[in-house]
Amino acid sequence: MIPAAFEYHRPTDMAGVLSILEEHGDDARVMAGGHSLIPMMKLRMAEVPHLIDLQGVGGLSDIEIRDADIRIGAMVTQADIIDHTGLADAAPILREASLQIADPQVRYMGTVGGNVANGDPGNDMPGLMQCLDAQFALIGPDGERTVPAREFYEAAYMTARADEEVLTSIIIPKSSGGYAYEKQKRKIGDYATAAAAVVLRKEGTACTEASIAMTNLSDTPVWSEAAAEALLLTEVDEVAIKAAMAAMLNDIDPSEDNRGPIAFKKHVAGVILRRAIERAWSRA
Amino acid sequence: MSKKMHIQLNVNGKDEEFLAEPRELLIYTLRERLNITGPHIGCETSHCGACTVTIDGKSVKACTMFVAQAHGKAVTTIEGIGGPDDLHPLQAAFKEHHGLQCGYCTPGMITRAQKLLEENPNPTEEEIRFGMAGNICRCTGYQNIVKSIQAAATEMSAAKEAAE
Repeated sequence: MIPAAFEYHRPTDMAGVLSILEEHGDDARVMAGGHSLIPMMKLRMAEVPHLIDLQGVGGLSDIEIRDADIRIGAMVTQADIIDHTGLADAAPILREASLQIADPQVRYMGTVGGNVANGDPGNDMPGLMQCLDAQFALIGPDGERTVPAREFYEAAYMTARADEEVLTSIIIPKSSGGYAYEKQKRKIGDYATAAAAVVLRKEGTACTEASIAMTNLSDTPVWSEAAAEALLLTEVDEVAIKAAMAAMLNDIDPSEDNRGPIAFKKHVAGVILRRAIERAWSRA
Repeated sequence: MSKKMHIQLNVNGKDEEFLAEPRELLIYTLRERLNITGPHIGCETSHCGACTVTIDGKSVKACTMFVAQAHGKAVTTIEGIGGPDDLHPLQAAFKEHHGLQCGYCTPGMITRAQKLLEENPNPTEEEIRFGMAGNICRCTGYQNIVKSIQAAATEMSAAKEAAE
């Protein structure tokens, strides 16, 4: 498998990255770990005349646990997330999700920035970041801005990031409560047939906060306010869980592919959501 | 043809310098340019792990890295782990415990297992299976691969204790 020819750039700072993006426009793309982009280039589903490798740019691989939030650099890998003890305490759902992404070799290379910026509906981090109400920091010729994860995804591979912008970090507000990332996949390395990120907060016996997002069941991640609403002020009993499942099924729009027909995907979505809610509640 | 790049690699301790198109996949660089044929091409789609090498302390599928990305880095392949006259404990254990049938996946298995044992010298069976999940074997059913890695772990821990 030989990709189309390209010119390779390895700038050593962000100014260098931005100037190449500005010069070549659509013809240039940045690459972090490359484990989404390289397979697409090998299949010639992506052609990138100017490939900008971010490995030489410093300052993109830090994990900072701050008072109110967590900042994760775009080049932090899934393996980094799994191994980071501070992060495992501050946001254990990130580790739980990362362990379910691909396989060890891919996790050494695959980055959180690539995972969220790519816009592939099969990627796990976008739904998770919507669940956690993360913000994505972008830098471009006009400076920096942040976009909420919940407003970032427009369609498959279409995001709020402009061609000349680079996603540099992810800021996740700290939260407490029960969490779960549940994923059904056909085999190791496959994308989800359905996956659910759930965070629930319990006061007394009632659920007082809920956030629920699902992956690979639409052309964007699906953060469902209605599903979360169905659990609020309930004891997350059978009636509430069924209501949340019904609300989520109303919000997803899966398409048939080699993971199964639409009816099957809806069935799996319900099963996975139930498991995620039950596990999150048991930890709340 | 795109413009060729000047590439420097250190492979198994030996410095290599050559001109290559940046799009050349590292597995082809190793096998066809440098004649290092231990890493195999199985699926060429990042799934099977037969092409696994170690770069900067990470297990990497060499079919999913452009040679340009590896420029300036040190690469270890199965040839750098051990050879016929100085088998690595993992190689000896795979031989002893029949951790292979056709052997096609074995270089990738051992290269990955070496890194796994470096990170976790005494893994449980579950940890071995999880840590080896990026390597596919179509012959063995994995049972003897797991046994071989367990045996090598025991052997290497004992050798390390004896040395201390």
